[in-house]
Order: sequence, then structure tokens, then C-alpha cells
Amino acid sequence: MEKPFAITLDPGSSRANHTGSWRVERPVYVDRMPPCNDACAAGENVQQWLYHAEDGSYEAAWRKLMEDNPLPAVMGRVCFHPCETSCNRGMLDEAVGINAVERFLGDQGIENGWRVEAGADALGARVLVVGSGPAGLSAAYHLRRLGHAVAVFEAAALPGGMLRYGIPRYRLPREVLDAEVARIEAMGVEIHLGSRVGDVAEAMRSGGFDAAFVAIGAQLSKNAYVPAGDAIKVLGALALFKSMERDNPPLLGRRVVVYGGGDTAMDAARSARRLGATDAVVVYRRTRDRMPAHSSEVADAIEEGVRMKWLSTLSGEPDGNHGALVVEKMELDDDGFPQPTGETEELEADALVLALGQEADLSLVASVPGVAVRDGALAVDGDMMTGSSGVFAGGDVAAPPAGGRVLADRTVTVAVGHGKRSARAIDAWLRHGSGALLADEAVSERHPVALFENLNTWYYADAPRSEQPRLDLARRQSSFDEVTGGLDASNALFEARRCLSCGNCFECDNCYGVCPDDAVRKLGAGMGYAFDYDYCKGCGVCAAECPCGAIVMEPEVI
Amino acid sequence: MSADRSPVDAVRPGDTEPAPVRFYQVASFAAGNRLLDPEQRTIQADVGRASSLTSGHRACQGCGEALGARYVLDAAMRATGGRMVAVNATGCLEVFSTPYPETAWQAPWLHSLFGNAPAVAAGVAAAFRAKGRDDVRVVGQAGDGGSVDIGLGCLSGMFERNDDVLFICYDNEAYMNTGVQRSGATPPAARTATTEALGQEPGNPFGQGKNMPMIAMAHGISYVATATVADLHDLEAKVVKAMSFRGARYMHVLVPCPLGWGAAPRDMVRLARLAKECGLFPVFEAEHAQITGVSKIRKVAPVEDYLRLQGRYRHLFGSKETGGSPGRPDIVARLQAIADANIAKFGLLDEARSDHVLDDPVDHRSDGGDAVDHRLDSGGARLDESAPERVRRG
Repeated sequence: MEKPFAITLDPGSSRANHTGSWRVERPVYVDRMPPCNDACAAGENVQQWLYHAEDGSYEAAWRKLMEDNPLPAVMGRVCFHPCETSCNRGMLDEAVGINAVERFLGDQGIENGWRVEAGADALGARVLVVGSGPAGLSAAYHLRRLGHAVAVFEAAALPGGMLRYGIPRYRLPREVLDAEVARIEAMGVEIHLGSRVGDVAEAMRSGGFDAAFVAIGAQLSKNAYVPAGDAIKVLGALALFKSMERDNPPLLGRRVVVYGGGDTAMDAARSARRLGATDAVVVYRRTRDRMPAHSSEVADAIEEGVRMKWLSTLSGEPDGNHGALVVEKMELDDDGFPQPTGETEELEADALVLALGQEADLSLVASVPGVAVRDGALAVDGDMMTGSSGVFAGGDVAAPPAGGRVLADRTVTVAVGHGKRSARAIDAWLRHGSGALLADEAVSERHPVALFENLNTWYYADAPRSEQPRLDLARRQSSFDEVTGGLDASNALFEARRCLSCGNCFECDNCYGVCPDDAVRKLGAGMGYAFDYDYCKGCGVCAAECPCGAIVMEPEVI
Repeated sequence: MSADRSPVDAVRPGDTEPAPVRFYQVASFAAGNRLLDPEQRTIQADVGRASSLTSGHRACQGCGEALGARYVLDAAMRATGGRMVAVNATGCLEVFSTPYPETAWQAPWLHSLFGNAPAVAAGVAAAFRAKGRDDVRVVGQAGDGGSVDIGLGCLSGMFERNDDVLFICYDNEAYMNTGVQRSGATPPAARTATTEALGQEPGNPFGQGKNMPMIAMAHGISYVATATVADLHDLEAKVVKAMSFRGARYMHVLVPCPLGWGAAPRDMVRLARLAKECGLFPVFEAEHAQITGVSKIRKVAPVEDYLRLQGRYRHLFGSKETGGSPGRPDIVARLQAIADANIAKFGLLDEARSDHVLDDPVDHRSDGGDAVDHRLDSGGARLDESAPERVRRG
């Protein structure tokens, strides 16, 4: 080619110049564990189902949720949502209302009759599930999804376990529970009501079961001797809840004393108010901040007129027999333990409800060899298996290894998580024998948790949390109507959109935009981005400006 | 404020009456978002963007000017349907993009001398007019040296003749290409190679320099705007709006220079954001010498947050490197006073609302009047002792 004067080279593109060679650090896309997922005892992929909910794909969101939790409408009401406690948005304005969105999705599932199909049977195995509480229902559901035949034996007249006989209806309306149980039944789970299993080994033999999952909960109210005259009706909290499920509500009288400081005590006192008690008093031996009850439950109870007697215990004989209890003042010692002071007063009462915790009745495994008991519960390994091969346990009746990955709290959420974990372990055991699940986990590494410091919160608009409506106080004191209302479609969408997507790319295009070297390739919807290391100079602007902390800079290895 | 951007409604599929939901989710301020219609995302979020300045250029790591030039020219290419010619003064932008025989430009592009880019751009516009081509638009671009100092005569002429050119000043506040010498856009107290951090008044002296956006406004041209590389929505909206006018227009874009400012390359966008949020760089737009809108500060920051990230202000802060000296809190206070004066003058704080981006621009006509009057009255002269510190930047 003839070139003009003094020109010796053909024109070319700067793309011949691979500026990637300047780089000393390279950006890398990473996934971090969202704190909500990390905190969820049921192992939900919270961020992922919120992601679907954000664009109004509620069914997709519900299906994602159902991969881990078969009871979203129930859990959206009764879970104490550790996900929200750990939510990074809490450090920006307020935590995302994850629990409220879960409830909205669960209610959508019921309303629209969405169903989950059972898996194809691969083995022809049959699994016995003892107890239809949250752990048993969860295990039965997940086992059905894995294709196994499941029969649930329930001693009570109706399914649900503690969901029905431990949680009053103002927190969990029974039609919600019934709908979610019915959906599990519709997957082909047999539920035998009024069928107490007295001996697991015998039940397995006679029913031809290959494995068993024991999830009978902790049904025995702990007792304490309280000197109370004959004029005072004394009953356990669980007996009270059970009687509330019958047609004739129990008669407690006007003055009800509840002894204990857990959530059960709060529920007992709040129920007493609804049953007509003009004075419901909780007697607890420590201070409010040391109460095992969740603070929101305590606040609700106080709002409804429940009186609290902190640093108090019941002791001593009352004077005469006129329906009174003796309350002794306590004080905390230097170690925080309550010590008696000798100072007493009388407290008039018509009824005394004992809410001192529950114990498990373990007689049904007495004849099963190898089963060990730890702290009054069935000792299980990380696979939720007891000392007897093929016999698994979960929920309140199980005691997982201390300090391990499996939580041991006695909550609905933990029970649902136990059910899922057990189902996976039972499936693995049926296929490969023991220890399969633990072996898998040893190989798979968990992602580091996405911290608030990893985020660039500039890019998120300020958006205060949507509040759920609450029933007015007069009706809360007189009826068992549900206290907390649900979100509607518009504020559920809003709430889902408050998610920061901590630690996982949500395709905001920021890295693609801010690169001064045009060295980020956008791969299309759902496929994310890729760095063009031929040209990336490693300036780190993409990592600094990534809203959700999904890019890290790694030293270049030479 | 992003012009012409309205709140976005989210509509649930199957809804007969769509429930309007303010769009908040994940990164309302980021470049794009899967929940937005493609036409509501930024141009930079689109794989079909022109990438007018492509890879392989030789700008430093984290170059704000390289980013700003792609942002601006991609928006201009979109606004003109690709019928655009860029005329580029000598400076960093030209040197790093076109070392012989390579070019990083993926748009028609001409290089001029350091000082005559506005005149060359005016000539290109005249040539198209002579050929009867009113569909091809011209963008002139230069650094702060080429606009504020060396090219100011040509630029003023272009404004006063009202040539059909959008002229962009990429302001990195010094002559960076030749080794960080002071320009008329260098802020007070900043260390450059020619304003050493020595003596009683270390760095660039207070009370000098030029406020180029105000100078442009004083010409009465149709459109003047400031922007930063930290607010892409705002910057693109302004370029697109500028292209809707005929005649001379001017945009002043703050583009941090990690090398010249002594900052970490990764902090480039953050610096531009802080310059706006602390009040030192007011972001506004004006039509026919009247201010028509300002970008409110979202999360107000003390100037110290901005200054501390930059080596050119290191002498203001006590540290081991300054021999345990207490630094110069008095000078930091003077810079803060400049920021505070800007905040007051432009009305940069909005007490009632912390989110501004998705709302309609607020009319600040009265503020605009003040601003223009101030410029015309003071006439660039040093203010008397009783007046607040001279506000050089807008």
C-alpha cells in the first residue's frame, strides 16, 4: 500500500496492546454465603427465593423455598427468624422482613393450590416416621421427594405435634397448618392418626420398614412440687394447650399464675388472658434479659396485659387454704444465678400453670439395642442416626453432637432442618450404608460468609421496612384470632426487593459499567460476566464498586 | 438528579390494577438492573454500547478520564444514532488512546493541537453544515488544561459564536500527562509538581483558578452541566439532554486521576462520589445561564473523608511521614468552608429526602439566579476579607 509522507506503519487497533500484562492483582468473581442462609436452621436458600420474589415470580420463589422447607406458611408465622437477626441490611436501615415474605409465599402456595410432586421410587424402601410434628413432617416430605414410601404414626387425634399442641392458634391458625399437612399427605405420605408407637423395633418388624425416623418431640411437661392449696387448679402448660384444642375450653378462673420464663410460659399467659383471666401473672426467677423467651414474645405478652414478676420464685406454704401462692423475691449473685432472699409475699390465684420445660418419653426405643441417651434425649451423630443402624431421630427428641454443624435448639425451625437432614441421611443410608452424608460434607467446602464490610452500600436506595399489620389489642385479649397480619402483594414485593444480595452477583451491570479498560464481558441474562484478562489492568475499581461484594482481588501469580 | 427519569412502577404479572411499587431493590444506583426495562437501564449496561474507547489503551490503572470519555461518547453515540465526530485536544486522553499507529477509538475521532480543539470542532461543524449534513453532530473534548487554560480563548469563541458543538472538559485538576503541573482547575492546597507542599501556604494557593462551568454559563449558551464518573445515570442523562439542543453546549466532568492525586486506583469512583457528597464539586445543570437543577447530596461527608484518600493533600494531616507534625487543620477548615459555601449556594442538601435519583429534577431557578449574579458581580476578582472563602468550583 502506498503510504503518505513519513508514514511507515498501517493503522491498527489498540486491542493489539495486551495491557493485562501490567496487572499485579486480578479481579475474580466469587460467591459468598449470605448471612441469612448461614443463619437458617432449616437450611433455606433465603437469598435465592427472595431473588425470585423480587420480580414477582412468586411460584418460582415458593418452589425454591419448598426445596428446603415444606411448611412455609407455618414457618412464616412461628419461626424466630435468625435470618433477620443476621441480615446485613440491619446495619444499613432495618433487616429485610424475610419471615413476612416467607409467610406471604406460603399463603400464596395454599391459596393457589401449588403442589410438589413426589420423586420416582428407586429402591422400593419403606420408612417409618414416628410423630407428625415439624421434624416428622419435614422428614416425610423430603423422603417422598427422594422417592421413598413413608408412613407417619401419630399418637394424637390430629397431625402437627407441637405445632398444634404447643403453639396457640393466635400465632398459628389451624387452617394454615391443616393445609400444609394436607399438601404433604397428597404427595403419598400415609399419616396414621391415633396410633401410638410403643416399640420402634416391633413397629419396624411388623410394618416391614427398612428405616425409622423417631420424631416424637418432648411431650412431658417438667414438674415441680409447688405448695398450693386445694383451691388452686394446677396444670402443665402442654395440658392447657391440649385442652384448648378440644371443643370445650378449659376453665382457669380469673387469676392465673404461670411459672416459668420461656416462650411456652408467654403463650400460656397470653392464652389465659384470652380464656377470660383478668389477671395473668408470669413468675420467673431471673430478670427479663435472662428470660429464655424471645423478647418479642415477652413484649407481646406485656402489651396484652400480662403481668411479670421477675426475680421471683414460688416457695413455702401459704397461710391457710384460701387460694394463694407464696412468692419469694430472688436476687442475682455475682455469677448471675438467682439466690433466695427470704423476703416473701402472697399471690392470690385460681390456677397455676407450670411452664418449666418439657422432657421426652423415650420408652419406645427402650428395646432397641445400641441407642444411647444424652441429656434426656436420643444421642444422634451428624447424620442424625442413633446408635442403632437404620434408626434416626430428629427434632426435640434428638440430641445432636455438641459443637457440631447440627443445631440442637428446640424450635420449629431446627426441627424442620433436622427432618431435611435426616431424610438425606436416610436416603444415603438406604443407598450406600452409614456415614455417606458426613463423608460428602467433608469434601464440600463452605463459602465464607458475606460480611457488611464486603458490601458497597452506596448503590442501595434507602428503604425502610414494611410493617405487618397487627390485630387491635381488645381483640387480642378476647379472641384467638391471629395477631400478626400478612403482607399484601405490593409490600411483599417491596420487602423482597430490599434484599442486598450479599455476596452473590445479581447482575446489576456495575462492574461492566465502571471498568476504565472496557475489560468486562457481559455474558447475558442469568450468565453473569467474565473478565477479559488480556486487557484488565487490575485497578480494582470493579471490586470496590461491586454493591454486593461478589468480586475479590487476588494477587497475580508470576 | 437524573433528568427525565421517573419513578419506576413494578407490576405483578396477572394484576388487573397494577400496584405501583417504588423501585428500590438491589442497587437502584448501579449501572443496570434486571428488574428494569432495558430502555430504563444506563447505556453502559447495554452490550450494544459503542465502547467508543476500547481496551488496550495505555491509560494508568483506574483512570477516571478513560472511564469518563467512554461514558460520555457512548451516550453521545446513542443519542445521535452513531452519527457523531469527536475532536480531541492534546492531553492524556489523546496520548494514551492513540500511540502511533494504534487507536483505541471506535468512533470517528480527530486530534487537534492542545489549545485549538474548540476551534477545530467548530470547523468540523461548519464543514458539515456546508455539506448540508445536519444529522452528524460534533463533540469536542479536552482535559482541564486544554479547556480552562490553553484552549480557553478558542472555547470562549466557540461559545460566543454558538457553534453547534458539545464541548466536554474532563477535569482531573492538573496537567497530568506532563507530570502533574498545576492548572487553572487545580483546587486550593493541592500539591502539584509546580505547587509544592512547602511554606506557610503549602500546595496550590487559595483564591486562584477559574470556575469554568460558571464562565461557560456567563456566555448564555443553551446548556451547561457538571457531572462526575460516580453517577452514571446522571451523566448519561445530561449528555443525552445536551444532544437535544443545537448550538454551543458545555459539560464539565470530574474524572479523578489516581496518579496525579496520589490515590489508590481502586478508589477512583469513590473519590468522584466523595467530591460531590462533601460539596466541593457541585453537580448541577443550567440552561441559558439559569441553573435548572442540582444533584442533591445523598450522604453528606466531611471534606476530610475526601482529602485523606489523596496524597496531594497529605501535608494537611499529621502523620509519621510529616515528621509527627500536627498537619494543617486550619487549611482543612478553609476547604470545608468552601464546601459549606457550595452547599448553601446551590442548595445541595435536601433535609426532607435522602433519595433523589429516581425523582423528577427539582427546579432551583432562584438558586441559579444567585449563582449567576455572584459570578457576574465578583467578576473573578478576589473577594474582600469579610466574604467567605472564594468558591472556585461552581
